[in-house]
Amino acid sequence: MKMVNLTIDGKTVTVPEGTLIVNAAKKVGIDIPVFCYHPKMEPVGMCRMCLVEIGRPVIDRTTGQVVREDDGSPKMQFGPKLETACTTPVSEGMVVLGTSEKAKAGRQDIIEFLLTSHPLDCPICDKGGECPLQNLTMEFGPGESRYLYDEKMHLAKHVPLGELIYLDRERCIQCGRCVRFQDQVVDDPVIGFFQRGRSLEIVTYSEPGFDSVFSGNTTDICPVGALTTTDFRFKARPWELRSAASICTQCPVGCNIAFNTRREAVSGGKWVIKRVMPRQNEWVNEIWMCDKGRFGYHYSKSAERLTQPLVRRQGELAPATWEEALSFVAERFQQAGDGLFSIAGGRLSNEDLYNQGKLTDSLGGKKVLYGTMGGGDLTAQSGLVPGSNFSDMGKETAILVVASDLHEEAPIWWLRVKQAAERGAQLIVANPRPTRLDAYATHLVRYPYGSEAGALLAMVNTLSAKRPDLPEAVANLVRSPELKAAAKAFAEAENAVILYGSEGTGLETSTALAQSCQNLLLATGHIGRINNGLVAVWQRVNDQGAWELGWRPVANLPEAMQAARALYVAAADPAGDDPAYLAEGRLGSQEQAFLVVQDLFLTATARLADVVLPVQAWTEREGSYTSGERRVQRFYPVVPELADSYADFSVAGQIGKRLGLDMEIRLAGRTFARLASETPAFTGLSYARLAEVVEQWPIVGRGDLYYGGTTYENSQGIGVQLPLTSAGGLSWPKLVEVGMPKIGLLAVPITRLYDHGSTLLPSSMLHQRIPEPYVVLNDQDAERLKISEGAAIQLIPAEGGSWLGVRAIARLRSDVPERIVLVPRSFGLPVAGPTVVSVRLAERVLA
Amino acid sequence: MFAEKYSDEIQAILSKYPPEQRRAAVMPLIYLAQREQMYVTKQAMVEIAEILGISSTDVASIVGFYTLYYDKVGSTYRVQVCTDLPCALRGAEQFLEGLCNNLGIRVGETTPDGAVMVEAVMCLAACDKAPMFQVQSGDGLSYHENQTVESAASLVAELRRKAQSKRRDGHGR
Amino acid sequence: MDADTGLPSQSQNGQYLLLRHRDTPSIGELEVYRRLGGFEAWQKVITSMQPGQVTDVVKTSGLRGRGGAGFPTGMKWAFIDNKNWPHYVVANADESEPGTFKDREIMEGNPFQFLEGVAICAYAIQANAAYVYLRGEFWQLAAWLDRKIAEMEAAGLLGEKLFGTDYSLHIYTHLGAGAYICGEETAMLESIEGKLGQPRLRPPFPPSYGLFGKPTVVNNVETLTNVPLIIEHGAEWYRSLGTEKSAGVKIFSLSGCVERPGNYELPLGTTFRELIFTHGGGITGDRQVKAIMAAGASSALIVANEEALDTPMDYESVPRVGAQLGSASVIVIDDSVSIPWLINKTMHFFKHESCGKCTPCREGTFWMMHLTERIVEGSATLEDVELLQDVANQVKGKCLCALGDFSTEAVLTGIERFRPDFELAVAGSAVAN
Ligand SMILES: Cc1cc2nc3c(=O)[nH]c(=O)nc-3n(C[C@H](O)[C@H](O)[C@H](O)COP(=O)(O)O)c2cc1C
Ligand code: SF4
Ligand code: SF4
Ligand code: SF4
Ligand code: FES
Ligand code: FES
Repeated sequence: MKMVNLTIDGKTVTVPEGTLIVNAAKKVGIDIPVFCYHPKMEPVGMCRMCLVEIGRPVIDRTTGQVVREDDGSPKMQFGPKLETACTTPVSEGMVVLGTSEKAKAGRQDIIEFLLTSHPLDCPICDKGGECPLQNLTMEFGPGESRYLYDEKMHLAKHVPLGELIYLDRERCIQCGRCVRFQDQVVDDPVIGFFQRGRSLEIVTYSEPGFDSVFSGNTTDICPVGALTTTDFRFKARPWELRSAASICTQCPVGCNIAFNTRREAVSGGKWVIKRVMPRQNEWVNEIWMCDKGRFGYHYSKSAERLTQPLVRRQGELAPATWEEALSFVAERFQQAGDGLFSIAGGRLSNEDLYNQGKLTDSLGGKKVLYGTMGGGDLTAQSGLVPGSNFSDMGKETAILVVASDLHEEAPIWWLRVKQAAERGAQLIVANPRPTRLDAYATHLVRYPYGSEAGALLAMVNTLSAKRPDLPEAVANLVRSPELKAAAKAFAEAENAVILYGSEGTGLETSTALAQSCQNLLLATGHIGRINNGLVAVWQRVNDQGAWELGWRPVANLPEAMQAARALYVAAADPAGDDPAYLAEGRLGSQEQAFLVVQDLFLTATARLADVVLPVQAWTEREGSYTSGERRVQRFYPVVPELADSYADFSVAGQIGKRLGLDMEIRLAGRTFARLASETPAFTGLSYARLAEVVEQWPIVGRGDLYYGGTTYENSQGIGVQLPLTSAGGLSWPKLVEVGMPKIGLLAVPITRLYDHGSTLLPSSMLHQRIPEPYVVLNDQDAERLKISEGAAIQLIPAEGGSWLGVRAIARLRSDVPERIVLVPRSFGLPVAGPTVVSVRLAERVLA
Repeated sequence: MFAEKYSDEIQAILSKYPPEQRRAAVMPLIYLAQREQMYVTKQAMVEIAEILGISSTDVASIVGFYTLYYDKVGSTYRVQVCTDLPCALRGAEQFLEGLCNNLGIRVGETTPDGAVMVEAVMCLAACDKAPMFQVQSGDGLSYHENQTVESAASLVAELRRKAQSKRRDGHGR
Repeated sequence: MDADTGLPSQSQNGQYLLLRHRDTPSIGELEVYRRLGGFEAWQKVITSMQPGQVTDVVKTSGLRGRGGAGFPTGMKWAFIDNKNWPHYVVANADESEPGTFKDREIMEGNPFQFLEGVAICAYAIQANAAYVYLRGEFWQLAAWLDRKIAEMEAAGLLGEKLFGTDYSLHIYTHLGAGAYICGEETAMLESIEGKLGQPRLRPPFPPSYGLFGKPTVVNNVETLTNVPLIIEHGAEWYRSLGTEKSAGVKIFSLSGCVERPGNYELPLGTTFRELIFTHGGGITGDRQVKAIMAAGASSALIVANEEALDTPMDYESVPRVGAQLGSASVIVIDDSVSIPWLINKTMHFFKHESCGKCTPCREGTFWMMHLTERIVEGSATLEDVELLQDVANQVKGKCLCALGDFSTEAVLTGIERFRPDFELAVAGSAVAN
């Protein structure tokens, strides 16, 4: 990279060619004020805040040499006009004056102009205290405005752009950051400018308003208090807030976030969460997060939370002391011995899973990860190695996204993959139906639902001499020119990454898919190098962590459970997800197994339990998660714990202690240390390592809010990516033939971002975005079956089943393959994998 | 529906631009959508957005930026008198005032039958033929130059008759 | 005709070169235009000239842009990036500067010569598509041009494989919808692309990054209408018209307080006096000329003294009286006109037309309009005049496009050169005479 030398306000700077002056200045600690420029977006030069004087050395036309003054210094030529530092790249020998009289006057002029239409209602503005305009006015503005206040325009101050984001038209300085973010960064151009000149205003015409899962980010980058979230509006003043670092728990990306809290009189002097902000981690979420993470945290504050242990007495769950409950549980677990069956959800932290695992292992019991995705062992062997970063992927990289509607499953990964594609990465999207990633794909591969593994093997087949046998359903894919081209692009790319999701898969098909992904990586030599490898788009934040710690899903959970003498269910709700557990009396009948449920809420499963153990939410305690990219990241206590409450790891530890085991029950950090000493991939890790930070670019937070936005600076840890565990050789997966049924339809599960999950529903703010239970049918099929859009229907599983009563709204789409029914997960229809069903109209009694 | 009703016109418009630059057709499509009612309905914005593969907010932005597009119901005809500097130097402001007095309305107002609105606009590139105005309707624009209050008033009268019969035919507002 | 050379001389007393319909009213009919030698240049370039040669001829002719900036046309064509394809031509028929009405007359009266110019430009840069961007108000004119384009297609002058070569060209019209800023070339490109008509950052300039991100030449209607003549009669002939640095003829749109407002096709270098008094018939009524705006509402106010009246109207001379020739839209202001009133008029225009993209123009035009309003109403003080001047200086030189600076021209020169008018206005009386 060619380096360029210049001076800015007397400081010498050496930066790569092409660097913009604002950024060159920032690198040496000089703040050139900006409003419209944002380091994550293309410069537009609109606000003119960054005007500077620029001198360039005079070059002799004939000799091409720099002309020198008598004293030997280069002769400089300054332009007649000030220039925008945000749009001008550096050049050799340039002299930039940001603090000359002329430049200072220019800045003052611009600030004064901005203030002519600004209400200056800082004392009641949510941005007050972290507002670039306010700060810049203090620093550069004119003493007082010469503009007559009574001639100012008075504009609407409470314009809802949908139910999540509000606009204050008076405060908007028309910098266009929000519009450009929606358009260029996340490609949801659902807000725009209306009118022109001084009448410019931000509007939305989408249904619902501001229809984008990234909308909250605009409030971070809006340089004034024009955009605010419903969550935070008028709720607190920034300077009263404390912040605590955390990790979003809603998906496997593991976005770094900061919680802002305040002590409130109305809550009896308690610390209360006021908002969630992204926290910078350029390897994970950069400076963004999605709205599910930003607005969906409210479950931790829900009034429905369990506060004390419950023990079943005379058939009823009744409050008990911890001592009673834990001793009882310990006794029954002891009796169960290797008949202990632990079921844990991927929402648990590494420490929780470690302790619960330890307890289970010591009795010889079985550790079951609750979920329907396979391959976590393979992602450990072939995952991204430390140092990998989606932001570094571009032309030399191929990214294959298979069986995933990434925008719904992991929005920030969708964004980062999209941006890699825009930087020139080959993007192969393999999915049976179109998704929002298709628009950026260089290669599209369509395969039938159930044949995802086969489709990948077909790719291997077109490349390698070692030809796996292919099932009939995909044999013809080998001849598909699209697939061939995709395979070639993948093989030829210097680096290649695969993200596989769970679109349409159950545990068996998912496991086969993961195996074929690994095969493709092995066959093309894309393992073990930076920016190469396999990533699972898990359904829970810490599924990867669970795999690392030896937890595995089982194929047929209801059946597997039959052998259990005691069940220890933590952070999972099988009975709530699948009424089969209730109908068939598999859970909760005393003759079956002793049932312990450890959860935040009295879930359907908890209602059947013999003992219910409450736990702390992740905002009340410490811990760590392992993201889908195998980055281990810490979260910190945000609000004080509830009285007499424990974290999951501590509850498991206390049961263990009663069984005579040596377990940590107090400190998450010490639990982690034990975990690290026993788990090879974690060797050498400690909470201190996870808390390490490095300087990141762009610089956000600090005093210079105007620069990157209000995203928090990362001062509490960027986390550590785990090294690969030793890889296995090439071995072909057992392919499961799914195929189309002779009669009936094939129901397949898909993932929706706004679902009916227990960690989302308690957040009433998102209710308008969460649809009623629905399924999606091919419109031709629907016509044949005489089902119209919006009809209430029921799915009848061909092999019998218990979800007869569950109704859903039919949605019809032409882009769903024929004879396929898409069934969103967690909406009450327990389709665990491809399932043959018939459809019938339900009586119109939908609630 | 707009898209079905004008499918031939829409195809003709689209054919003027490279297929991968469909968005370029947004301005002519907005004119087309404005043809019947002199304003663009929300429904039409949604349809245009669909045809072009952009968002309805994108379409609305364009409607909002340009002065010849309207997003609200207005008069059937707009009489737009140029009162910009060169015309004003040749009596355009007095002309506008005279016309309004004649019609019994103020600048920016519409005749009571909702047929004709009279407004002042910027230069129309006919500065040597002041006083002048243009008439905008869903069907397009026409220039009327070297006008007097009388000639303009009789034209307005004719427009009001036309608007009435348009409305009878189910067009107009 | 020039008796010695047999080449056409220009205009007024002789033969029109651009406004040829004034000599031949039916020149808008295809067979008439062809009979008078029309499209011979077009055939000549396609069948016998290399694209680069065409550009060279235009370069040598000294033709400069007639849209306002006066940029050498051939040089612009030569800037086209030949590593990036396809290329486009965009003809700027937005004509929205107050006081400008020449392009409209050309297109109405002599459409084929303009379209031939578009075609030759397209060939020179090897574009296969050209767009004519007309301001939305030119609705009927667009329909007229569409018919003329269809006639050319029917006659094999446009379309595929022209004159038996592999070269194809289509010309399309595109209507704006009421926005002066779309006359600025990059805003125009955005507008065609279906975006807000807001100017782009420059560089890159259109010849490297233009329509749909492809290399594009944007030229004014009048500029392009000169091109067939240059091809036909040669660069040397063209250079012989006008002055040394301002070659050729120019259409001057004359408006305001004159007896015979209208378009006048004259050699560059004709004096203001000749235009206003000889051709325009002098000032209306018994009035004296007080000020001149040479480039429409975007002009500096020229004090109409004897020296100014004798100044030749060309790109080099007009700056000597503190103004620019621009689009040569000459607005004549007599001594009954109050300069604050005039400036308030222009401020209304610029405030209405500011696209709002950049802060100083968006806010400054609004503020200046307010201040001039107060001054005109007689409710202002001298401090308000100072403030107005300050605000104009605050805008000047800080905007994203030229509109912002344009808006300050009349304000700054008005206050500087016609101060008594302001003092009177502040004192409550409107006219200074
Ligand atoms: C605010 C503004 C308005 C303009 N309006 C016009 C116009 O109406 N017609 C025109 O030809 N050029 C106009 N221009 C100049 C164009 O940007 C461009 O310079 C011109 O079209 C180039 O063509 P030319 O080289 O043939 O003059 C305008 C420029 C600005 C800054
Ligand atoms: S709302 Fe905020 S980000 Fe959007 S344009 Fe206005 S000031 Fe800029
Ligand atoms: S992308 Fe995932 S981790 Fe990030 S904020 Fe959204 S739900 Fe949370
Ligand atoms: S100077 Fe005015 S017209 Fe030009 S970009 Fe700025 S706001 Fe828009
Ligand atoms: S113009 Fe540079 S920051 Fe806005
Ligand atoms: S000023 Fe009225 S048409 Fe030009």
